[in-house]
Amino acid sequence: MLEVKNLSTSFFTDDGEVKAVRDVSFQLNEGETLGVVGESGCGKSVTALSILGLVQRPGKIVGGQILFKNNDLVEADPEELRQIRGRDIAMIFQDPLSSLNPVLRVGYQINEAMKAHDKIAREDVSARSIKLLKQVRVPDADRRIQDFPHQFSGGMRQRAMIAMGLSNRPEILIADEPTTALDVTVQAQILELLRDLNQEMGTAIILITHNLGVVAGLCRRVIVMYAGRIVEEGTAEQIFESPQHPYTWSLLRSLPRVDSNRRERLRSIEGLPPDLIAPPPGCAFNPRCPFRIEKCFSEDPALALVGTDSQRAACWVTMDRAYKEMGAKDITDTRPGAASGVRPPKELADVVIDERTLEAAPEDQGELVGGS
Amino acid sequence: MATTVLPVTQEYAGGTLAREQVSLWRDGWRRLRRNRLALAAVVYLVFLVVLAVVALFWTPYKPNAFGSCETYATPSAAHPFGCDELGRDSLSRLMAGTQVSLLVGVGTAFIVLAIGVTLGLLAGYLRGWVDGVISLVINIFYGIPALLVALILYILMGPGLLTIMIAISATIWMDMARLVRGQTLSIREREFIEAAKASGARTGKILFGHIFPNAMGPIIVQATFVIPIAILTEAFLSFLGLGVPPPQADWGGMASEGLQAIRLVPHIVLAPSLALSVTLLAFNFFGDGLRDAFDPRQKR
Repeated sequence: MLEVKNLSTSFFTDDGEVKAVRDVSFQLNEGETLGVVGESGCGKSVTALSILGLVQRPGKIVGGQILFKNNDLVEADPEELRQIRGRDIAMIFQDPLSSLNPVLRVGYQINEAMKAHDKIAREDVSARSIKLLKQVRVPDADRRIQDFPHQFSGGMRQRAMIAMGLSNRPEILIADEPTTALDVTVQAQILELLRDLNQEMGTAIILITHNLGVVAGLCRRVIVMYAGRIVEEGTAEQIFESPQHPYTWSLLRSLPRVDSNRRERLRSIEGLPPDLIAPPPGCAFNPRCPFRIEKCFSEDPALALVGTDSQRAACWVTMDRAYKEMGAKDITDTRPGAASGVRPPKELADVVIDERTLEAAPEDQGELVGGS
Repeated sequence: MATTVLPVTQEYAGGTLAREQVSLWRDGWRRLRRNRLALAAVVYLVFLVVLAVVALFWTPYKPNAFGSCETYATPSAAHPFGCDELGRDSLSRLMAGTQVSLLVGVGTAFIVLAIGVTLGLLAGYLRGWVDGVISLVINIFYGIPALLVALILYILMGPGLLTIMIAISATIWMDMARLVRGQTLSIREREFIEAAKASGARTGKILFGHIFPNAMGPIIVQATFVIPIAILTEAFLSFLGLGVPPPQADWGGMASEGLQAIRLVPHIVLAPSLALSVTLLAFNFFGDGLRDAFDPRQKR
């Protein structure tokens, strides 16, 4: 139903072109739940905004296609896009408080979402608002519909946002970090709600998050993004049970676990995501990857099938090989290059790699007291 | 910018603490009431409006009738403000003049609102060349002297209330446009605007349905300050003879007529002048009070 083909979106700043999304392709079928995972600034949200044509200046879609029912949204004119937004593809945002207009009543805002399109008959709008609020389990919906957003709790605001998103019976709901601003118990309720809505109404959901736990509970298929590209793609089981890209592997290892030793430090991923104005040559993850090999510094791997069917990863090494050849199973040292012992080539060292990476080379280990 | 950031955090605090719901208006009114000067101004202005309405149906004497009393009669029980050179009762004329002043003040405020809000919203929201053109027009209008506009319009349209209101609006709408533009520039960056766009809201709806209500406080305050400026300018134009045509009574015209005999019977000038001063003062106090009441930084 939705097919993103080679999408590239850049922001043209004074410092240069920030390539926020680079050559991203994926598909979404009817009624499917797709998780998009990655650190902050890896291009998840920009991908979502690109789909809706909401990328703001100085941002611009510089290439690719977004096919929605065989209609290219990149080429669509503003009015066409406006009609698709909210009616066919709806979106909910991270912070439900700032996503609701503070001076307008909640019910009014839900009504307006329907009145912006002619999908729902005008006379049904008010009744449907109440029904929607009930459906997203806002207690006392008949009365609360008259409230202002600040009278709602955080979870209720997000429910109201979801009600608004669903008001026109869209085929796709894009949820951009829908639970990040909420506390944990409410998070679970919202996720449960999204899952039920997906099953009952058949709305396809694209869930954007940095929280792998959230994805595990809701999504059948997962895309992992890093530095504006898709680095791995597969079903939730594949991603969680046999991640093939070292980045996915590191993300999973950085999750705190209840059964882990309390004294054990959480394993963070060393370093920061790369500068998207001048991404490092080769694989963008090479400055932080424990399993990097020489090839990673010269050539950028394409997304390719790995192991079982439908799982794809963009990596020269892949975790299967890392397990076999580098003993990744019981690796404790996750510093860049630690498992493979490969240092960046001399000519790149001072350009791309930060100081900590250089120190991580085996012969300098004495100085690494402060490292984790 | 800071003024628009603050309410968010405060509302957030209000939300999490489940504070009793207070709407913008009730909150503003509550704080306005605490300001005695502003409250006195409100009372006076209400009185003025009542006076103007009453004058529609009844005045002690016919405001334009000659010979209600002697020429230049001094104040007495029958004529509290005396009479002018044609023997017309000053109190009656003062009451009739109130209508003109209020009409010009409020009418101008509405014209200024319509122009300033629309252009400000467009410039701030669309930015780019639209903003460039509108800002240029604003700056050009700042350079045009008010009197020149009034004279040209007087010649083109003839004397009358509408001419005056348009002439005044043309010279003071820019402040409103600038204010709204600034508000829009900051409000457009807030997330609920993006959310509204994502739900398919039309541009007009975003401008007038989402941005405008959020800029309401400062806009109302600014509009309140437009009224006294308009009243004063109208009186000034009438004083110069460019205002409402005689025999219609108005404060500026009355002062102008009384000026010839100011040494002999100063009350003819004093009455409209005082009325004008007190009214301007009241509007300014009211505006100040409103500004304080709507200022989120003083939320108590």
